[in-house]
Amino acid sequence: MSTTFAVLVGRDLRLAARRRIDAALPIAFFTVAISLFPLGVGPEPQTLRQIAPGVVWVAALLAAMLSVTQLYATDLADGSLEQMLLVPDARLAIAAAKAASHWLVTGLPLVVAAPVFGVMFDLSREAIAALVASLVLGTPVLSLLGGLGAALTLGLRSGAVLLILIIVPLCIPALIFGAGAVAAVDAGQSARGHYSLLGAVLIFTAVLAPLATAAALRIATE
Amino acid sequence: MTTTSSRLRLYRFASPATFYPLAGKLVPWFAAVAAILAAWGLWLGMLRAPTDATQGDAYRIIFIHVPAAWMSMLLYVVMAFWAAIGWAFNARLASVVARAIAPTGAMFTFLALWTGALWGKPTWGTWWVWDARLTSELILLFLYAGYLALVSAIDEPRRADRAGALLAIVGSVNVPIIYFSVVWWNTLHQGASVSPAAAPKMAAIMLQAMLLMTLAFWAYAFAVIFVRARAIALERDNAASWAGAAVGRTPAQTEATT
Repeated sequence: MSTTFAVLVGRDLRLAARRRIDAALPIAFFTVAISLFPLGVGPEPQTLRQIAPGVVWVAALLAAMLSVTQLYATDLADGSLEQMLLVPDARLAIAAAKAASHWLVTGLPLVVAAPVFGVMFDLSREAIAALVASLVLGTPVLSLLGGLGAALTLGLRSGAVLLILIIVPLCIPALIFGAGAVAAVDAGQSARGHYSLLGAVLIFTAVLAPLATAAALRIATE
Repeated sequence: MTTTSSRLRLYRFASPATFYPLAGKLVPWFAAVAAILAAWGLWLGMLRAPTDATQGDAYRIIFIHVPAAWMSMLLYVVMAFWAAIGWAFNARLASVVARAIAPTGAMFTFLALWTGALWGKPTWGTWWVWDARLTSELILLFLYAGYLALVSAIDEPRRADRAGALLAIVGSVNVPIIYFSVVWWNTLHQGASVSPAAAPKMAAIMLQAMLLMTLAFWAYAFAVIFVRARAIALERDNAASWAGAAVGRTPAQTEATT
């Protein structure tokens, strides 16, 4: 099982490295989407500081949801998903590996890029640290739930919009506690409670989402 | 011997062929009960119950709002339960019932939000606040919408039923969050006025009207869900002999549809 996991993550990373532009699209979307807010809302630093955590988090959520539709789609189209599913008891490993590689390819770059946007939105150093910490804890949740959505909507018409409709409601706790942590630090309070809840959400999804994704893969390919 | 036969008799109603005529007979009764109880409950609530000391007559929307909110959460749990039964035991009728429940549950969720907004304006001074209970009820509406969208996007009924069941089970995590949100977070929405653990914090006549409205909504839900479940069962089993008999086809005509 762990070999299957490692092989699949390695394969997805290699594929991403060979399609660099494709792999960079989510982070490009993230950048463009965030840059729209100062233009739309106005450039007052006070306002920007206030909306920054929410804007960064919503953009991260949308970037994850838009990129996750491709998680199984290409493998389904060229038939390799079917071959992977032939490996005995591999569904759970496939579900976990796909979520992990999605986070490494799209979640991790967002975490790395977040401080730049923190600076652009005039956040304090402590608030930027909180933003990065909350994204580290929260973006894996988005990848795990997104993987579930991708497996549920595998091969459907208008699967991308459908995925957003069914998975975004499940991501809302991560969004609330993630953005809340930054807002708490910005207001001079401790963000420990938010981190704890976010960590609880992460553990809960890390345990259950791969199981649900494996079941969804089975439903979708039977 | 007796256990076997009684068990057989219970399972009989899991067959669409038995369910279809039985539900058809029950629908008018449930509809009549819903109409009578709603008329009685509304008469008690709107005309007989006293005016509230602080909220005036605006509070009277509670007789719609609270039963609708209860139904919205209950129906989600019931939907997830039947969807899970349908998935686990391959019981086709259970999946049909789950799909029939979803639109009614979404309707009650919308009704609870809408009447809540109408109640919020005179008492809180605003149609909407982003407090914990309102937000989680809104998420419940999204969950119903997601379920409906997912099952209707999948053409093959078996896959649609199972994928819907999985989504309904995952989404049912939200129901306890809504129910306990007013306890866990101290927000604008008031705490529960009625709970099984404590004496109700309202006049007896108000409680009576609210329970009558709740029973009326239950009866309405049964009637509407049976109508919808009958239609879905008939559509799915179109080629079966019972479906042919139900719509008045001769066996030869039914044979020709396959």
